[in-house]
Amino acid sequence: MTMIELQSILPLIVLSIAIVQLMLLIAFRRGHALTAGFTVAGLLLTLASIPLAVAVGPQQLSLLSVDAFGMFFTVLLLGVSLASTLLAWEYLRHRKARSEEFYLLLLLATLGALVLAFANHVASLLLGMELLGVSLYTMIAYPEKGKLPMEAGIKYLVLSGCASAVLLFGFALIYAAVGSLSFVGIGERLAEVSDNQVLILTGSALVLAGIGFKLSVVPFHMWTPDVYQGAPLPVTGFLATVSKGAIFVALLRLFVEAQLHQFTTLLTALSVLAVASMLVGNLLALQQQNLKRLLSYSSIAHFGYLLITLVAIGILSGSKLAVEAASYYVVAYVVTTLAAFAVISLLSSDGGDEKQLVTDLTGLFWHRPLLAGILTLSLLSLAGIPLTVGFIGKFYLITAGIEGALWVLLGALVVGSAIGIYYYLRIIYVMTLEGDNKVVEHSTPWLGESVAVLLAVLVVWLGVLPQPLMVYVGGFF
Amino acid sequence: MVLVNLILILLAGGVIAWLAERQHPLLPRWIALITILFDLGYFLTYMSDLSWSQIAIVPNPTDATTWLLHYKAEWIPRFGISFELAMDGLSLLMVILTLVLGAVAVSSSWTDIKQRTGFFEANLLWTLAGVLGVFLALDLFLFFLFWEVMLVPMYLMIAIWGHEGRGYASMKFFIFTQVSGLMMLLAILVLVMLNHSNTGVYSFSYFELLDHKVGGDIAFYLMLGFFVAFLVKLPGFPVHTWLPDAHTQAPTAGSVILAGILLKTGAYGLIRFVVPLFPNEALAFSPIAMGLGVAGIIYGAVLALGQDDFKRLVAYSSVSHMGFVLLGVFAWNALALQGAVMQMIAHGFSTAALFMIAGSLQERMHTRDMSKMGGLWQNMPRMGAVAMFFALASLGLPGLGNFVAEFMVLVGLFAVAPWIAAVAALGLIVAAIYSLMMMQRAFQGKPDEGRRLPDYGLREMLTMTVMIVGLIWLGLYPQPVLDTAQPVLDSLMQMVGSVAEPTKVAGLMP
Repeated sequence: MTMIELQSILPLIVLSIAIVQLMLLIAFRRGHALTAGFTVAGLLLTLASIPLAVAVGPQQLSLLSVDAFGMFFTVLLLGVSLASTLLAWEYLRHRKARSEEFYLLLLLATLGALVLAFANHVASLLLGMELLGVSLYTMIAYPEKGKLPMEAGIKYLVLSGCASAVLLFGFALIYAAVGSLSFVGIGERLAEVSDNQVLILTGSALVLAGIGFKLSVVPFHMWTPDVYQGAPLPVTGFLATVSKGAIFVALLRLFVEAQLHQFTTLLTALSVLAVASMLVGNLLALQQQNLKRLLSYSSIAHFGYLLITLVAIGILSGSKLAVEAASYYVVAYVVTTLAAFAVISLLSSDGGDEKQLVTDLTGLFWHRPLLAGILTLSLLSLAGIPLTVGFIGKFYLITAGIEGALWVLLGALVVGSAIGIYYYLRIIYVMTLEGDNKVVEHSTPWLGESVAVLLAVLVVWLGVLPQPLMVYVGGFF
Repeated sequence: MVLVNLILILLAGGVIAWLAERQHPLLPRWIALITILFDLGYFLTYMSDLSWSQIAIVPNPTDATTWLLHYKAEWIPRFGISFELAMDGLSLLMVILTLVLGAVAVSSSWTDIKQRTGFFEANLLWTLAGVLGVFLALDLFLFFLFWEVMLVPMYLMIAIWGHEGRGYASMKFFIFTQVSGLMMLLAILVLVMLNHSNTGVYSFSYFELLDHKVGGDIAFYLMLGFFVAFLVKLPGFPVHTWLPDAHTQAPTAGSVILAGILLKTGAYGLIRFVVPLFPNEALAFSPIAMGLGVAGIIYGAVLALGQDDFKRLVAYSSVSHMGFVLLGVFAWNALALQGAVMQMIAHGFSTAALFMIAGSLQERMHTRDMSKMGGLWQNMPRMGAVAMFFALASLGLPGLGNFVAEFMVLVGLFAVAPWIAAVAALGLIVAAIYSLMMMQRAFQGKPDEGRRLPDYGLREMLTMTVMIVGLIWLGLYPQPVLDTAQPVLDSLMQMVGSVAEPTKVAGLMP
């Protein structure tokens, strides 16, 4: 490895050093604020190292390709981790639990996510995925007593382990057929190999199932509501944004570079998964009384929407517009979802039981207008109402779908969104009801609230002035 | 820039009204009223510089510079989206209607709203801003944006300050409009992508898209996408079912805005987008559209007959009246089209007034059930007289605006489809029955002995006078309104002239 190559992966190196330092720090001196502060500093340093890494230009390493696409999502994922750290600090500081190791796990998971953003080889893909996954098992079950977090952690551990095994087996089959493990290598050889169709198809079906599980696409979605519900709120937010986002980014690169779209069967399978996710996710969300479960089903539906872009990439064999649409939608989804979880997590930051039920929000507009406003904004964005980033995301999806003439998928998108409006609006409606007006004394978590405000500003800003980001994500691949 | 300011003033007024509640709970309504009147005054002073001859110029639909006012700024060049507003005679009329009825709505909620007055007035002003945007936007992306965004404050108005069934009603309102809006979005995007594949550029500009019309089978489906969205908002049979619920549950000001202004955005959309963008397809579709119009007229009128709830009755009468607009637009001749525009304005005034009366009754008697009323004229003679006037206007008494509108639609329609005109005219008879029945049940009969109800005061009478004068003026001297709309409709007829020979309306000539 040359110095230039090392410099190009500087963010990964800085973050790794920060992790080791944090571990040593915890060994010598415990302190919640200290650990959290150190974590923030580590993430900020990592962010600061990005200009240095960008300065040497795009680099193709043997396991990682450091390009604009990867760097862009690195910034996004680091930003989300930073926000999650602050939210976790607000959430944990009134709870009696040893919380220092939590930040260590959070940084490890972030490192895994960053590796995924750069991964151009099956080995680095799996490495990133496992790093992310293993940290998450512990984070899900981390600080709470009680049965639910433990149940959720074990459920995620067992199922995610199985999914990883399926994924590995899939890649093994593909390797057997084409003899290469790098994405580009697979892509090049796929066109040549014609006699091993069965191996490749079985392999890619298994890969699809494995990744589908991580993204909780129907019919691999069963774990999602339970894990969302059991995990502590900041972790749920982290799982929904960093974990799913990073894995989708890796999938996007795999899809484009390995040119999996050559297989129409695969595209058909993807379309079926997309339609099923859009419809089932939205339908199951309708009757949920628990906010976390509701948002879990909503995220299932959103990944159904996102799959449209993959099918469009396939149909149009690597359309720039579809890649652009996928990238923008990931940003929209991550920012919006994090804003929603930020609000719910802040509501539970007084150390009491989590406010998980929709009815817990009754009258929120009148006693905590700021948080209610932010939640309303993010729900409208999830529903795809204009002036929010969610609308631009949906706009992109529809445009990409039209370019690929995917009428069935677009029909499912319309039906799904129509159902979706109901449950998003229901939450807004509950917030406008008159509560019992008991004034609850709460210390204002100003740090967390400013994170939420920042996210809300992003939701509106990217929804009103999307041009700069559009141009930027238009330059990928 | 005037057009942008019109919208900005309302938005800013909303924010100020919201903040002013902290100073004094009664302050927001004054701020709202002043904002709207200032906006109206600002607009009229600017407009007074324009002479009639300018208004009489037939605007070239594909050349923005021939319009009265035009503003364009680049917004999202990646997809050729710009912030483009323009005004012609039609939008001029709609802007004035919006602002006048906006002021009426503020007045109608003067004493009605006691909780969170600041946020209420803010939502009211933001809804008006959204509606103005819809009437002025000529970039399809921007139009859709305003179309959707105006729903949110309206939704909040119904959901927060509505009556007993507000949760259900507001949800239904939002979902109906939003889902139909999604179909329109799909149609808009397909249109833009087709244009992109033909010309190589992305553009959402109305003028650009008019220049490059699409043809073929797909154009018919695109037309349907737009049509459904506007039909829901109009509301036309059979997608009108949100309207009785939303109207009944909304606070008075909400009903006034809904009936007076929001429904007109649907009619406006039909005239502005459906007919010019898809003339051939709209013509082929016109028998069905007219059928829906007639069905709406008769169905709405018959259902209005059976209502006990004062507001529900007025709501169903709205469905019936808006059927005439649908007929007027799809009759494909200038006279009927003029009638449709006239109906948009006249119905705005008359229905808004009836909803105000319903609101005052609810405020005084805490019921909208007409079987619990009766003899109110003796308790409240002024209100009774006002109600009588608007009931007569609504049933189409000659000399008032609604008569002119419905008459023109029927005459225009008779030339192309006499049978449909004949059936539609039946609606007028039923309208007379339900309007008079409403008067009899609520205001005539034996008064309840112990009932003491305050009659209309100065503020209410003043508001009502504005609308009474408006309707009489429209009824006796509609020429200025017709003159203002004429050039726009002329250009529309020119544009579709090649396809719009009356005899071509398939199978409707005897």
